[in-house]
Amino acid sequence: MTTTDMPAAPSSDTVPRSPAGNPLGFGHMLRKEDARFVRGQGHYVDDVRLPGMLHGAILRSSYAHARVVSIDTSAAEAHPKVKAVITGKILETLNLAWMPTLSGDVTAVLATDKVRFHGQEVAFVVAEDEYSARDALELIEVEYEPLPAVVDATHALDPDAPIIRDDLEGRTDNKIYDWEAGDEAACDEAFAKADVVVAEDLVYPRVHPAPMETCGAVAHMDKVTGKLTIWTTTQAPHAHRTVYALVAGLPEHKIQVISPDIGGGFGNKVGIYPGYVLAIVGSIVTGAPVKWMEDRSENLMSTSFARDYHMHGEIAATKDGKILALRVRVLADHGAFNGVAQPTKFPAGFFHIFTGSYDYPAAHCKVTAVYTNKALGGVAYACSFRITEAVYLVERMVNCLAFELKQDPAELRMKNLLRPEQFPYMSPTGWEYDSGDYPRALREAMRIAGYEELRREQASRRAAAAQPGADPTAPLMGIGLSFFTEGVGAGPRKHMDILGLGMADGCELRIHPTGKAQLRLSVQTQGQGHETTFAQIVSHVIGLPPEDIEVIHGDTDNTPFGLGTYGSRSTPVSGAAAAVAAQRIKDKARVIAAAALECSVDDLEWEHGRWFVRGDPTQGKTIAELAMIAHGSLELPEGVEGHLDASVVYNPPNLTYPFGAYICVVDVDPQTGQVKVRRFIAVDDCGPRINPMIVEGQIHGGLADGIGMALMEVIAFDRDGNNLGGSFMDYLLPTSMECPSWELGQTVTPSPHHPIGVKGVGESATVGSPPAVVNAVLDALQVRSADMPFTPAMTWRALEGRPMRPDLAIE
Amino acid sequence: MQVPAPFEYQRAGSVDEAIALLARSGGDARLVAGGHSLLPMMKLRLARPETLVDINGLSDLEYVKVDGDEIAIGAMTRHVGVLESAVLAEHYRIFAEAERVIADPLVRNRGTVGGSLCQADPSEDLSAVFAALKGRAVIRSASGTRSVDLRAFHLGPYETVVGDAEIVVEVRVPIRPHTGSAYEKVERRAGDWSVAAAGAFVQLRGDTIDDVGIGMTAVGAAHFTCEEAEDSLRGGPVSPEAIDEAARICGQRCNPSADQRGPVDYKRHLVSVLVARALTRSVARARGEAA
Ligand SMILES: Cc1cc2nc3c(=O)[nH]c(=O)nc-3n(C[C@H](O)[C@H](O)[C@H](O)COP(=O)(O)OP(=O)(O)OC[C@H]3O[C@@H](n4cnc5c(N)ncnc54)[C@H](O)[C@@H]3O)c2cc1C
Repeated sequence: MTTTDMPAAPSSDTVPRSPAGNPLGFGHMLRKEDARFVRGQGHYVDDVRLPGMLHGAILRSSYAHARVVSIDTSAAEAHPKVKAVITGKILETLNLAWMPTLSGDVTAVLATDKVRFHGQEVAFVVAEDEYSARDALELIEVEYEPLPAVVDATHALDPDAPIIRDDLEGRTDNKIYDWEAGDEAACDEAFAKADVVVAEDLVYPRVHPAPMETCGAVAHMDKVTGKLTIWTTTQAPHAHRTVYALVAGLPEHKIQVISPDIGGGFGNKVGIYPGYVLAIVGSIVTGAPVKWMEDRSENLMSTSFARDYHMHGEIAATKDGKILALRVRVLADHGAFNGVAQPTKFPAGFFHIFTGSYDYPAAHCKVTAVYTNKALGGVAYACSFRITEAVYLVERMVNCLAFELKQDPAELRMKNLLRPEQFPYMSPTGWEYDSGDYPRALREAMRIAGYEELRREQASRRAAAAQPGADPTAPLMGIGLSFFTEGVGAGPRKHMDILGLGMADGCELRIHPTGKAQLRLSVQTQGQGHETTFAQIVSHVIGLPPEDIEVIHGDTDNTPFGLGTYGSRSTPVSGAAAAVAAQRIKDKARVIAAAALECSVDDLEWEHGRWFVRGDPTQGKTIAELAMIAHGSLELPEGVEGHLDASVVYNPPNLTYPFGAYICVVDVDPQTGQVKVRRFIAVDDCGPRINPMIVEGQIHGGLADGIGMALMEVIAFDRDGNNLGGSFMDYLLPTSMECPSWELGQTVTPSPHHPIGVKGVGESATVGSPPAVVNAVLDALQVRSADMPFTPAMTWRALEGRPMRPDLAIE
Repeated sequence: MQVPAPFEYQRAGSVDEAIALLARSGGDARLVAGGHSLLPMMKLRLARPETLVDINGLSDLEYVKVDGDEIAIGAMTRHVGVLESAVLAEHYRIFAEAERVIADPLVRNRGTVGGSLCQADPSEDLSAVFAALKGRAVIRSASGTRSVDLRAFHLGPYETVVGDAEIVVEVRVPIRPHTGSAYEKVERRAGDWSVAAAGAFVQLRGDTIDDVGIGMTAVGAAHFTCEEAEDSLRGGPVSPEAIDEAARICGQRCNPSADQRGPVDYKRHLVSVLVARALTRSVARARGEAA
């Protein structure tokens, strides 16, 4: 069969419209899923109510590190509404007390020997209602023998540090791994020749994705059929199904994982949590469906955190600011279990893309990961497998260099950015950037910002502040930049797998006889608008109206296998799968059209969803007409099956590399340390924009995330290892009051290897914005070094030249 | 879902009934007004009253009015009622300025003046406002009504003079001519509790400070105020130096503790900054120079 070319991405105003007014392909359209969300008709895990359903609740450790001496559950069991109390001892008999993590470690489902973080799961109560379940938790008596806790990661490898993982045979310290990337010798050589070397210590503190919907599950083990159905908050339903099969030894064809509407994920819902397993065990033990929904504090204290990277960077440059090399040492705090969710061959995620958007030949990083008495996690919160940390590192280092050289940070960046003609570009640490025009994006951001004018305003404000009798309350103005390169769409299966499962995605497209379509995806939306975007992708290729294309996802019994939605991979991987499936439909429709019109396939031309005879446009058939013919009685050519379906597994040849230039303007109250973000300019290049409104929504959210991380979000721990961020009173998320009216711009550089050129945008702004805000605050203070978050106190202390560590309790 | 421990629920139709219900349960009952402090504590199981006496039906306690030479605020007045009160806006700008930065509209639509004071949270903004204005609380019990100076109302964090079977029915503030007032708060984010906050009123006679009140919250100031700083100003001429000195005293005399909102040195510094700003703006308002 001949293959036609994928259509080029049109500009959205030339796209024809469907009868409902939607674009037949790319362009602005309202989200199909919002019809139910704005009516309050979404259906989340907590909305699942089954007959006879019981409720589970988890007893959690109040210590960060303690030996479990005894657990007395008798009083809880005597509670009239309690159906079962499960402890680690009971799980041991089922061989379920421990489960594998996504990083080759194990984690406790319920503590048996010790508790290793504040909030760890200790016992599980199943009761008739959630009130009784929680009441019964108070009836469980646990005797602990407290142990000293490892709280400060920088002391985790001290010789006298308590050993956290004495469950692992032969452990004599808290090290998880040493890992490196890049060419150390080449890097040393470049440093030896440098005029300037700037070193900086940076903490990217522990933060939490904090989705609006917390994690939970309803498990129903049907004793008669032997089938387990689990409704659960998962970004990766198929991966979860396979893991349940592997962990619990359940037959995979008897497991159905359903991920209904999901109220935000951001990486928080990639992993499998003890609560999910406990709901399953609870259902097996009681024979009834069991619901477990965590509360807000449980979510913040025990589920996947993000970041917690202690970085030391050294940047080498010539005296006029040409970067020569970058060297990085990282101490990675992984918590009590190594539960990082990332491709197997990448223990530090994609951190070694830290050379960023700049042209220099040498780089080297060494990452040491350690256990501490904190919750596990590490890759979450829209981080693109730690590209967040990488971008923060390089964008702070470039600013430190500019600070020392007294150069304008925009000019310094412009001098070092990769040139368009260098693409595809092989980075010194082995990443092949697919396409880009970086200077154009930076120029565009500077144009929107009015960069020169901003710098002039800043200079005149600084001059005024230096006058005698100047107003001591006059705000300090700061301008911060960041330029980021992302790498998303994991990934090529020969390099990338999770627990041995290659990261290729399946997709099935079925055109019904009347020309209405169903698209089955393995990825699962958590608010990104898949039901709209994927319909538009198919519409773009075969011209059916998006409203006639139903997207089906989130149910393993009804969708093909694939690894799920995180790392901005849905559009780069499953989006490609959908485009290729649609392309196959189009190609098959052509053959059917040739048969129906009694001509050769080579005589057919395509326009607006219709094959027609070249030279006689009246002789043609639309995709809908061809769907009916495909299901009808027309004799089809030899070898052509009936119906109009396609099934694809897409294995991406490379990652896609979105990029962008961000500029932030802040005003800081010099007396109180309060930071006000005055403006934020974001120029993103994610290739062609399928639905510009959805893309902008993703960027808006990510920018708010960035302001949150830069100004307020952090989970610190006190000396005893108590989590100090266990509620929204303590863990602050930004509101509209902290966000300026975003100023967005774009450039469009298609990916050369993606079927429709798109690059993914889900995490760009979260990755790219924190350093812009931090650089702006430090520019306002005219200070080189301090760590986020810039709460008023942190900012004031930075201004005083006495910055504080963000990861420890303020004492 | 966070759920409270089991409790009984009673709805009071009058102040007398509320008092009777409280008396009947001994010390195990709690009034619930807006519930924005009590219910979170119950859900976290930090509070576990056996009975809740709901006083949301007592709409006769929801008012702001001039009564003689005082302003009377009913205990069930919601934050939003204080925020939007024309009477308070005319006499004391400090109220609207404080209310604007208390929590968010959801909380302000339910939370009450009485609940705020009786919660006695060491970071409550209205406690600083009433301390600054030297108001008094009117408290009723089965045996009658008493009135307590708000600077003697709080016995410590989460502790007040209100007895088990008593209810605060009203708060009163003297009306003062030639007076300006202001509130200054620093929070980490909109809707957050104060890192520190300060409020003030200044009453002028010509260029002399006739009377002054300073309130502070979240910084461990005894009775949410600093009389030494007030004394340093009262009777003296208005000057930036005098204001700075009073502000410095407040920073020194308060007793903040370090937490994730900030270290002690910052909080002391911040108190001085905010007290100075509140006093300066109060003076400008008293002179009619500023809105
Ligand atoms: C998210 C959030 C943010 C907040 N931020 C702030 C803030 O920034 N600044 C601030 O000052 N406050 C803040 N608050 C607290 C808010 O102002 C509360 O509304 C207030 O503290 C309590 O008022 P309430 O009517 O809700 O009291 P309730 O919760 O109903 O009661 C509190 C206590 O007072 C007792 N009580 C209530 N009324 C009476 C009465 N008439 N007589 C005797 N006892 C009584 C109750 O028994 C209970 O012990 C916040 C609250 C929330 C939920």
